[in-house]
Amino acid sequence: MGFDQYHEPPEELSAETRTFARLCTSLTEEAEAIGWYEQRLSIESDAEARAVMRDAQGEEFKHFSMDLEFLLRRTPVWREIAEGILFQAGDIVEHGEEAEEEATGSDADEPTPGDPSGSLGLGSLRGQV
Amino acid sequence: MNHLLRSLAPITDAGWSLLDEEARERLSGALAARKLVDFSGPHGWDHSGTNLGRTEPVDGTPCEGVVAAQRRVLPLVELRSEFTLSRDELSAGDRGAEDVDLETLDESARLIARAENVAVFHGFEPAGVVGITEASTQDSIQLSEDYDAYPGHVAKAVELLRRVGVAGPYGLALGTEGYTGVIESTEHGGYLVFDHLGKILDGPIVWAPGVRGAVVLSLRGGDFLFESGQDLSVGYDGHDADGVRLYLEESFSFRVATPEAAVALIA
Repeated sequence: MGFDQYHEPPEELSAETRTFARLCTSLTEEAEAIGWYEQRLSIESDAEARAVMRDAQGEEFKHFSMDLEFLLRRTPVWREIAEGILFQAGDIVEHGEEAEEEATGSDADEPTPGDPSGSLGLGSLRGQV
Repeated sequence: MNHLLRSLAPITDAGWSLLDEEARERLSGALAARKLVDFSGPHGWDHSGTNLGRTEPVDGTPCEGVVAAQRRVLPLVELRSEFTLSRDELSAGDRGAEDVDLETLDESARLIARAENVAVFHGFEPAGVVGITEASTQDSIQLSEDYDAYPGHVAKAVELLRRVGVAGPYGLALGTEGYTGVIESTEHGGYLVFDHLGKILDGPIVWAPGVRGAVVLSLRGGDFLFESGQDLSVGYDGHDADGVRLYLEESFSFRVATPEAAVALIA
């Protein structure tokens, strides 16, 4: 088994970064599989074979989505940008630019420190008295 | 930049850090409701309503043979408390002053925390918020002026909750006067009233500015639901040569899912 998902010497990477890299590799593999099934489905004429492959592609959709959700949970800025793009009607590129600016403050002359949303991050205070 | 317009304010990065930290410190002590009820979110400034999963009938129909109903939602409330800070004081903070005058921010934090507590515990009728004590179907308990009697009152409230199958742990929200009275009091034998209450509740005793009397409620979860749109944030309104106008703001809804899960203790 190879370890080519690592771009840097694995022994120099933290456990968190290695896990992150593994999931990035999984995400890529699932996307590739979705593409392969799409190509096979487009040329397969046997209806039963098509049904099997469509079911298999559905599994890859699920795996891709689970990998993506894991990575977004571990990467707040990525998540914030994704929230501005995914499941939004309208111009994808426009949403992408806006989401990036919102998340990174790249349009501001003087970025505001802390949470780019401006929230004080108080949330639930259960356990505090 | 979002609607808070923070990057337009004549405030340095260090200044914003100072203001956010001060606001966070002042608010976290006084936001009593968040220490006792379920919190979800924040769902963002553009989140406008809470799904109630219910409908109400609509008169008429767009087409014969079709019945129409309309979804019911609970609109979020916006709370905002404005304040002005001296630009000279902010400049002093940038130079490293340890005693920057942030009194107006502190007062604003006190007010908005109190407003949130009042809305959650006693309701805010103009905005459709029904508070815990308003919703409670339990008989209220009259508080004595003698703090030594509080353990008896709270034990009775806990008994009322247990009797209808509302499990613990339980929490106690005490208004400012009551909280001070409790922590200063000892029972016969020198036992602290505060400690005795903690044993009865098996849960927290919370200082709750704005609460009238006291409230005993279950902390088992699922009974009292606070939904945050935008969590408390400091925003920018404008400035002149002397001062910067800012505000604390949040949006939220609150609803009681189990009216029998709380008992009001009235002074």
